[in-house]
Order: sequence, then C-alpha cells, then structure tokens
Amino acid sequence: MSLSIRGLRKSYVEPGGPRLPILNIEHFEIADSEQVVLIGSSGGGKTTLLNVIAGITAADSGQLLIDGTDVLKLSEPARDRFRAQRIGYVFQTFHLLPAFTALENVLLGMSFSGQGADRKHALNLLVRVGLEHRLHHRPAKLSVGEQQRVAVARALANRPSLLLADEPTANVDPANQELVLKLIREACRENNVSLLLVTHSMEVAGQFDRVERLSDFNRPEVAV
Amino acid sequence: MNLFTITFKSLRQRRLSSSLTAVSVALGIMLMVAVLVMNSVIGDAFSQRSVAVHLVIGPKGSELANVLTAVYRVGKAGEPLPYRFLRDDLLGADSKWKDSIEFAIPMTMGDVTEEGAFPIVGTVPDYFFVEYASGRQFRLKGKGLERSFDAVIGARVARENGWDVGSEFKLVHGGASGHVHDEKFTVVGVLAPTGTANDRTVFVHMEGFYQIAGHEKPAEEAIERLKKFGYTVTPAEEAAIREAVAGHDHGHEGHDHAGHDHAGHDHGHSHKVPDDLKEISFILLKAKSGVEALMMSGAINEGVRALAVNPIKPMNQLMNDVIGNIQKLLLFLTMLIVVVAGVGIFVSIYNSMSDRRREIAIMRALGAHRGTVFLIILTESLLLCIGGGVLGLLMGHGLVFVAAPFVEAESGLTISPWQFDWVELLLFPILLVLATLIGILPGLTAYRTDVAQSLSE
Repeated sequence: MSLSIRGLRKSYVEPGGPRLPILNIEHFEIADSEQVVLIGSSGGGKTTLLNVIAGITAADSGQLLIDGTDVLKLSEPARDRFRAQRIGYVFQTFHLLPAFTALENVLLGMSFSGQGADRKHALNLLVRVGLEHRLHHRPAKLSVGEQQRVAVARALANRPSLLLADEPTANVDPANQELVLKLIREACRENNVSLLLVTHSMEVAGQFDRVERLSDFNRPEVAV
Repeated sequence: MNLFTITFKSLRQRRLSSSLTAVSVALGIMLMVAVLVMNSVIGDAFSQRSVAVHLVIGPKGSELANVLTAVYRVGKAGEPLPYRFLRDDLLGADSKWKDSIEFAIPMTMGDVTEEGAFPIVGTVPDYFFVEYASGRQFRLKGKGLERSFDAVIGARVARENGWDVGSEFKLVHGGASGHVHDEKFTVVGVLAPTGTANDRTVFVHMEGFYQIAGHEKPAEEAIERLKKFGYTVTPAEEAAIREAVAGHDHGHEGHDHAGHDHAGHDHGHSHKVPDDLKEISFILLKAKSGVEALMMSGAINEGVRALAVNPIKPMNQLMNDVIGNIQKLLLFLTMLIVVVAGVGIFVSIYNSMSDRRREIAIMRALGAHRGTVFLIILTESLLLCIGGGVLGLLMGHGLVFVAAPFVEAESGLTISPWQFDWVELLLFPILLVLATLIGILPGLTAYRTDVAQSLSE
C-alpha cells in the first residue's frame, strides 16, 4: 500500500473568525504504482490535500500512511526529510529556482534529501525528459514546456515512492500538455511510483483508469 | 550542493545589490585599515623603536619640549648648555659617569635652511655611525662630516630642495631676525629615508656651526654664563676666552664672508673655537646599560644645570594623553562606519526577504529544514561581510600602497606600502560576529516562512 488516509481532518481558523473545515476524509487509498487523477471544484481542498500528504501543511488529526509511515506523527524535521526522500511534487507554476540552471535545480532537490547529489542520475533524468541540450540554462532561458519538464525531473530526482502533481499541465501550451503528461505517467510507471495528479481538465482525467472526485470522499461540512 | 554554493548562486542572482552591499562593507574596512596602518606608523614614530638613546640631556625646563626638539626637531631649543658639561661633567677624566657612557653626541640647534626652512643640527661626525633607531643604522650616499663646512642632508630635504652631493646652501639665523648667514655649507652626503625626523634635517659639522659669525658668544657673556652654571673660570681661562673672541673678530674684519665658497678647502680663516665659547643644545646619550642611564639621569636631574630624560617617557605620555585619544577617536569613527555598513547589509537582506519568500518556500517544499534555510540566509550575511571585508582589506592596503609616497612627502612619516597592523586580524572575528548578528533576523524570517502560503502567492 503506497498511500492510506484514515480520518484525516484539516481546518483553518481565520483571525477572529470561526473554524473553517477544509478536509474531512474518512478513507482514501492509492496502491503501489497506481496512477490516480483527482478532480474537484476550485477551493475544494485539492491543493490542501496534496500539501497535507507532502507534509507541507500539518493536519489537525487522522492517520496518513505512506509506505507504512504515519507522516502526521513525524516531527517537522523528520517530515521534511521524509518529503525530500519519498515524495515528489510537481507544482502548477513549476517553482523552479531562478538562480539555478536546469541541472542545478534537479541537484538541489537531491541536496536536501540527506543522500547527496547524484549528478549522473540527475543528468539521466534531464535526458529522459528531453533536455540534454538545456542542462546549463537557467529557468528564464527555458520555454514554459521545458520548465515544467525540469520540474518533473526534479520531482523524480530522489526516486520517490509517491509523486504529487498539482495541475501540471495547466500553464503549459497544448503542444506540451500531452508531452508533460506522458512524461509524468511513463516516468512513474518505469520507476514504480504511485501518482496522485490534480487536474481540472476532463481531457487529462479521461486518460486515467482511476478518477476520483474530491467531494465524493471529502466531507468537510460534517466535520466536528 | 552545499550551503555555500546555494548561497553564492542566490547572491549572484542579485549581483548588483549584493555587490553594492559588499562594497559598502569594503569601504568601511578600507578606512579602518588605513586608520590602523596610520596608527601603527604613528605608534612606531613615538615608540622606543624610533630612538636608540637612553637619555636626551638638555636645558632645565619641559621634558616633552626637550624631546620634541632634540628627537623630532619640533619647536625651539631652550637655553643651551656649556660645552664644559659634556667635556668635563660627562666625559672628563674626573667624571664618575665616563665609564658608563657608550656614546654622547652633542647637538646644537636653532638655525634653519634658507631654502625650505629645514632645521639645522650642528653635530659631530659620530652621529652617523651610531644607530638612529633601535637596530637601524644610517645609510649614506656620499660621505659623512669631515670638514668644518660639510653638511649631510636628510632624504626629504634632498627631494624637496633638489639638493645632492655638491649642493651649497646658507643658513638663516634662528629667532626673529631672520638674518641669513654669509657662510656657505656644502652637501657631502645624503641620507637614505629613515622614517624619522632625520629625513627633514640638515646636519652640519659642529665646528663649522660655531665658526659662523655670531654663533659664538661675546667673551663677557660666555664667562658670565660659565660662572652662572657653577663652573670656576680662572683668570687665565678668562684671558684665553677674550683673546679667542678678539682674534676671531679680527679675522672677520679682514675677511669678507659674503659669497665665500668653503667647498674644496677648509675654511680659509679657519680658527679653532675654544670650548668655553661653545654651547650645546642637547646631548644624545646612550649608556652601557639601562640601569646606568637611570642612575645618571637621577644624578643630573638632582642638580640645577641640566635635565636628562628618557625620550620614551614624555612621548608615551603624549601618546596616551593626546595622540592616543585622537587615534582612538578615529578608530571609533571607522568602527561606526563598519557598523553602518553592517546595517546596510541587514536592510538589504531583510528587504530582499519579502521577494525571496517563494524561493525559501520552494527549498522547504523540496525538503530543506527550517534550520537549513536559516543557515542559508546567515551564510549569505557571512559571505557579504567576509567578502566585503577581504575586499576592504585589499582596498585599504592598496590605498596605503598608493598614498604612502604622498603621505611621506607631506608629513615626513615613512609608511611601508606593505605596512601591516596585527590588529587587522581582529577585523575578521569582529566581522563574523557582526555578520551573525545581521543575519539572525532575516534568517528567522526565512525560518518562519509559511511554505504553503508562500507557494500559493
């Protein structure tokens, strides 16, 4: 079992306002190497769910097992390390660091994992996403499609067991949408990585065997 | 990829603001280095290293004034000592000190050069064969004082007046008269730079100095002065004094000094000036040991004739009371400049934090701990401060290197272009502390960055 969520609750408290429940998930699972698409309305909590799974945002309560480790019980430093080592994250706006070249952006992700930067692996990943000729270019010199491909390579750099992708094709031109999606799916398949991909595009969702609507298993309105 | 690489690349991304920030620190450090070097030069000039004598013996009065005049050639000498003091009291056969003295060099002062108004010191040839400062001997181009109207000039005199071996010059009588003596002296030697007052001094043979018309005392005044000083002047000695003065006057009557050239021959009307007509402004004395010098100065100072002082004592007092305070003020001001530059770094880094929240959040999302991003910001502060510090050190010494000849020309202080003050080594620990203090607050801002919120902005 790659990902297992039980009784997960997350709410926000506006200053001076009432508690606003965002997530209330009784049960959600993703199997080893399984590729799942998550769809839902804007503001429905999709990004919050990804952030909670990644350990970027702390949950209020519940259990969140990734490869048997309850992420919610880890201390913050341990959660940071777990995220660096086991979870890849592709953001909608890529979030590449402008001061670093394509290769350095991939190496940087490795540096924080505590396992050292594997330059050969980083080069292989960039070749795999078709950027062997753009290794030493900074993000500003890369096209949008190329930037997202660097982001995909970076997310896979630490050989994660789970890849989270938050609308990875939303800012990419149609020609590159298909390429980026294909890259993510093939890379996950080749490396036995489970994938949870958030999208608004039904065209993208239609390519996956398993499509989950967040509102089907998230009931924030019944949260106590 | 280590912290330094990550920080360096981040700084490179903001190269303009990073460079300006580092340069502001560099300018502060540059000024500080320049002040420290000047501090060191002035400290050397007023320390034991700048003199090689135990005692300066001169007229009763101010210790500081005597040392300033005798060693630093600043100010005017007081009432001179009779030559007998040196000949009999110190070096005479009956002197109890004669065996304790390594050397005793007389100096007579008061005149200046017509050109450039450099101080004239009448002295003996031995002056150039003893150390002028601890462990340092004169280096001389040409030769020393051999004949009465020979002169040896300091390096700055040579440079500013354009004099060299063979140049001739006249003396202007000290005091308000401004009378130009007729006698001409000839430069026979030029001293290499010493970094001391010798560089701006003209040395003439003491015999020649006394032979200048008007430099010997009238007979009656000389006799009176000897008696006042406590010496017994026998009738025979009185007669000898009167005869010598009369003979000298006669000699001058029959001999026109105006434009007279003494070069190439010894003074044509050369007359040996009797010792009782000679007076000495100061005696530079080195004893065979410090203890003997101390005992000698105690004995001399008990009497009413002369004042013996270790030149370091009043100079240290001057350093501590006046110059030291000015130096401390300058150091304080330059430290303030460095602190202001440090505040500049703080403002620069702190202001950049709002732009860099996303960058920090990305690193955190990639797995960087809070402590790691804190250290990245702290390292940035350290790199800017240390980088600026190293640059400032180089610029400071570059400034000293470039300015040294000009400062030397203007002040007479010799500065080695490679002058280094060990206190400079303290700058780096100070910078490390400053950089750490500067980096803490922006570092904490990075530490507290809300990753999810910053990524969504």
